Amino acid sequence: MLIYFLCLILFAIGLYGILRKRNIIKIIIGILIAEYAVNLFFVLAGYRQEGRSPIFSPDQDILNMVDPLPQAIVLTSIVIGLAVTALIVGIAIRIYEKYGTFDVTKINRLRG
Amino acid sequence: MIVYILLIMMIIGAIAAIEMKDLISSVIVVGAVGLALSIVFLVLKAPDLAITQLVVEILCLIILIRATLKKDLPFSTTGRWFFNTTVAVVFAVTFLILGFFCLHELPHFGYPVMKVAKFYLDAGLSRTGAANLVASIILDFRAYDTLGEATVLFTAVVGVMAVMRKRGRKKVDEEIGEND
Repeated sequence: MLIYFLCLILFAIGLYGILRKRNIIKIIIGILIAEYAVNLFFVLAGYRQEGRSPIFSPDQDILNMVDPLPQAIVLTSIVIGLAVTALIVGIAIRIYEKYGTFDVTKINRLRG
Repeated sequence: MIVYILLIMMIIGAIAAIEMKDLISSVIVVGAVGLALSIVFLVLKAPDLAITQLVVEILCLIILIRATLKKDLPFSTTGRWFFNTTVAVVFAVTFLILGFFCLHELPHFGYPVMKVAKFYLDAGLSRTGAANLVASIILDFRAYDTLGEATVLFTAVVGVMAVMRKRGRKKVDEEIGEND
């Protein structure tokens, strides 16, 4: 149970970064950390004591494998995370070119 | 045991990444956190995830360094510093307390329920012929998820191309007017 709570602390740190920081790059870093925590939580929920990786081999013992379903879902989630990060960073670079700053409180000219 | 050590290291790295004043340093620290996550995946018996996380982490680092290169900002503490920090910390701590009570409903660590996964473990090899069960799930049993993932990737690439474009297409007479 302690390990789930450590994972939750990691998510809370990312949440604090998203809520508190004013630099866009720091906000992106907070989003990345929260994403790591969620991926880790899925894999932790599927871990099995003394299990082995879900790959068949000739000397197999099928009752002793870890859960492959969260791993498949997290594999999808990691790749989507990369795409989302690339899109956010692209928007951030564009904002820097237009306003000359990464500070979210100074981006107040929301004209076309 | 090694998972706990790596997780505590990840938490320290995350705090350092959030609180560090230099932008490039914090980007590199978040890269270290991601590589530690890759090792945690390997320890938790998920080799596919470890490989993918390694590649994705390096790509993320390159993209973020491209964004932060030569664009450092002085840290400004003007405004309602105390109020903002208090609100953020109170929200995060409330979230942690609520999450702590919710975690008691989960099955214990190391003993998953595996109601759905039992079918995959039994029928995975005979129905798909793939020795790697993760590959058989993402490419056969749940192939629609992978289709959606490809759609999201395509949309993100189109979005990046639309955002990073230097300037829009111009009409012919407009260009002539600019040259004059």
